[in-house]
Amino acid sequence: MSANLATVSYIGATILFILSLGGLSHPETSRRGNLYGMIGMAIAVIATIFGPRVTVGGYAWIIVALLVGASAGLYAAKKVKMTEMPELVALMHSFVGLAAVLVGFASYIDPSTPLEGAAKTIHEIEVYIGILIGAVTFSGSLIAFGKLNGKISGKPVLLPGRHWLNLALLIIVIVFGYCFIQAENTDAGMIPLIVMTAVALAFGVHMVMAIGGADMPVVVSMLNSYSGWAASATGFMLNNDLLIVTGALVGSSGAILSYIMCRAMNRQFLSVIAGGFGAGAPSAKPAGDAAQPEGEVTPVSAAETAELLREAKSVVIVPGYGMAVAQAQHTVNDIASRLRAKGCNVRFAIHPVAGRMPGHMNVLLAEAKVPYDIVLEMDEINEDFPDTDVVMVIGANDIVNPAAEDDPSSPIAGMPVLQVWKAHTSIVMKRSMASGYAGVDNPLFYKENNRMLFGDAKKMLDEVLAALGA
Amino acid sequence: MPLIIGVPRETFSGETRVATVPEVVQKLKKQGYQVVVEAGAGALANIGDDGYREAGAEVLASAREVWSKADIIFKLRRPDADEINLLKDGGTLVSYIWPAQNPQLMEQLAAKKVTVLAMDSVPRISRAQKMDALSSQANIAGYRAVIEAANAFGRFFTGQITAAGKVPPAKVFVIGAGVAGLAAIGTAANLGAIVRANDTRKEVADQIVSMGGEFVPVNYEEDGAGTGGYAKVMSEGFQQAQRETFAQQAKEVDIIITTALIPGKPAPKLITADMVKSMKPGSVIVDLAAEQGGNCELTVPGEVAVAHGVTIVGYKDLPCRLAKTASTLYATNLFRLSEDLIKTKSVEPESDAGKAAIHLNMEDEVVRCTTVINQGEVTWPPPPPKLSAAPAAAPKAAVPAPAAHGHGPSTSVSSPTRVAVMFAVAAALFGLIGYGAPSDFLGHFTVFVLGCFIGYMVVWNVTPALHTPLMSVTNAISSIIVIGALIQVAPPLSADITRPEMLIKGMAAVAIALTAINMFGGFAVTRRMLEMFRKN
Repeated sequence: MSANLATVSYIGATILFILSLGGLSHPETSRRGNLYGMIGMAIAVIATIFGPRVTVGGYAWIIVALLVGASAGLYAAKKVKMTEMPELVALMHSFVGLAAVLVGFASYIDPSTPLEGAAKTIHEIEVYIGILIGAVTFSGSLIAFGKLNGKISGKPVLLPGRHWLNLALLIIVIVFGYCFIQAENTDAGMIPLIVMTAVALAFGVHMVMAIGGADMPVVVSMLNSYSGWAASATGFMLNNDLLIVTGALVGSSGAILSYIMCRAMNRQFLSVIAGGFGAGAPSAKPAGDAAQPEGEVTPVSAAETAELLREAKSVVIVPGYGMAVAQAQHTVNDIASRLRAKGCNVRFAIHPVAGRMPGHMNVLLAEAKVPYDIVLEMDEINEDFPDTDVVMVIGANDIVNPAAEDDPSSPIAGMPVLQVWKAHTSIVMKRSMASGYAGVDNPLFYKENNRMLFGDAKKMLDEVLAALGA
Repeated sequence: MPLIIGVPRETFSGETRVATVPEVVQKLKKQGYQVVVEAGAGALANIGDDGYREAGAEVLASAREVWSKADIIFKLRRPDADEINLLKDGGTLVSYIWPAQNPQLMEQLAAKKVTVLAMDSVPRISRAQKMDALSSQANIAGYRAVIEAANAFGRFFTGQITAAGKVPPAKVFVIGAGVAGLAAIGTAANLGAIVRANDTRKEVADQIVSMGGEFVPVNYEEDGAGTGGYAKVMSEGFQQAQRETFAQQAKEVDIIITTALIPGKPAPKLITADMVKSMKPGSVIVDLAAEQGGNCELTVPGEVAVAHGVTIVGYKDLPCRLAKTASTLYATNLFRLSEDLIKTKSVEPESDAGKAAIHLNMEDEVVRCTTVINQGEVTWPPPPPKLSAAPAAAPKAAVPAPAAHGHGPSTSVSSPTRVAVMFAVAAALFGLIGYGAPSDFLGHFTVFVLGCFIGYMVVWNVTPALHTPLMSVTNAISSIIVIGALIQVAPPLSADITRPEMLIKGMAAVAIALTAINMFGGFAVTRRMLEMFRKN
């Protein structure tokens, strides 16, 4: 295959990738979009393998490596539970990061394309930046994976003077970058490069460790963005436009997602990255906490909940991370379809940051075969709450907290929330009275028209379902 | 010894309501209060003394006994001179006060060293809705207004086609869509009338529609939302446009119900004599603002007047005409208030003297606003409310709708300076790159910048429900980095170059394997997810 043919194939692949992302604008077209992505990737890989840059001697290596990776990937894709999607995505980001680091190092020690002067310096900067982004993505994603997995505590770890620490790390990176570019030969450049990689790894760990569990959607999408930029930097390093464009696509996609998530929590991107929110620590509360809700909560039983649901003409279900943890989405769907069969108008309300990654709840509900046209976004449904008979909140807390609107001193003040308290009755399913990830007490629980159904979401919903059938 | 709540008979002429009803007496008893009621207090609301007795209240023969025995007095109308004299020193009074309109009354009460909670000063915040007597009574007034209008109107409300001919439906125009206005809209619509309504606050347009009315806009840009969920005074230009709209409606409709009030000001004159003249004979105007002077120029407060063939109902006591319901709702408002006093630790069950006492928790916003005199000290007016009763507008302004589809984010308004600075920084950056970088790099850079823009445009179109598949597919696509590894495995080498073959091959192979996990795993899992999204 000639170089020109390879280039044309790359252009084709680029277009297919863009169509792939474009296809996701609607569930109907999304499957085709995914197919475009696969075709684009196949074209790009095949064009490269049979292109002018790979000789016959490499085929064995490539095939073995591809086979190993493909079987591992397909196995994971088949086995993963939908509730574990955030972990899987985080883990996969780390692979991209590590690959970028490896490619960067290999490119640096590879003398096959000798460069001179400014071109050499630029190439070295590209290598340096590529490895930097790759390493941060790698270690950050691993920590995010651990946090989502529960292997590492979701609480933010805040080192004293962490902003200064970050600044120091940044200065080290810049200083060693200078040493690296000044280095006479490859061996001399290796030391600053390795030091920088270690610093970048440490930075990735430190950055994600400082971020609380509730901010995970932002972190996951941010790492998604990083993995794209890492690919882009690699493209610069290797003079490959396909890599640059594709990396830019992925990078901006992740960046937009992070932006959407931050806006959904009414927070500045920088303050999320600076970390510390989502703390269970009481220090998160302001001193003059005037709006400490007081009063009695009204517990109900599963049977009473079923009774309320049976009487209702319109029901809105608000799922949260608790539903994912309890794996209750199938039971929720059973309840919803039973109510729908009785002529009740059942809908689902999804807050943008419900769960641990963007769109997490939608995927879980889709897995349980909830039709997507009754799954609504916050803005679509918020004004319907006053006409709703029963709202069932399953394992969600902060996203239905009226303090965000009523109490300017609340740490989550100004965050858009689902106004479930406007419904005639709301039922909150929760394991206990513990506060949510934001560490804020929820006045909703004390409202007169609110009922609390304590217990494991799955178990309770099973009981509700049984009582509905009775 | 428990606190004693006393409910005297209302002495104001024409007042039929009573500040508590037997059902609420039971609830108050459960909270630990004792209740004493003056004999005959509920007679005009069809509640006999026996009803109170059965509920556990003590019925006392005279007002004097009630006032002297009770620690807390529950009342509706503000106290008259006699009643102020009866009020115990150090006692507590809960009733309507209207402190702004009655400075003299406030002075007299303050001199008695009493504590006064004004039911008209309950703040209009969500938490306090259950004790908002103005709303509960306005609701009744709105309902009754329609009934009065129907009574004075010589036709059906609903349209009918009968064997005896066709009857057109009545057209009702409601001015002011507060609680009373909305109640009137709902009642009139339920009777079958065609209902239109107008309000200076734009946010209520949806509420009007939800009650079965049609929103009639005024062609002038100005929002009339003031603080605390009330309307404010509008500009002259707006008022002009508003008069034109009303004049037009007056010609078309059969019934006008006006409910426009601005707190602390006389009611705005919205219906002029000319508009009344232009109405069809037999039409009806019900003026709910009669107590504050009326919205119609020809309203005679407290009376039914007929002018130009139009009946103008100016009753000031519409809630009193539904005494039973009005009393029950008012009593429940008072009960909620007493409940809140307990919740906010304002009432200490047993103080040192062995007698329960009231300590008002002035930190609590509701208690703070409602308390107009605290042990002789005037605490009115309260600090301004923290939030409007309709907070919806504020977060919307601050946060552009997250569901912004289409191209680009609905950018929050950035100041021109900020834009200018951003452009300057961008220009400087581009200049620097153009100055220092070789042309080869610039080619790639062009591609990179365009790639970012395409990504930006495309991704904003992604529906939020598919954000997880978007992440997993972009993750799969980012394994394009495999190309970097592929071309490192075995590039065509010129003869004179040697390279650490095994090291590079090994690193590249590991990178290929890692990205292959992503590539295959990412696409496969995305496919699995997307298969699940189905329509009903």
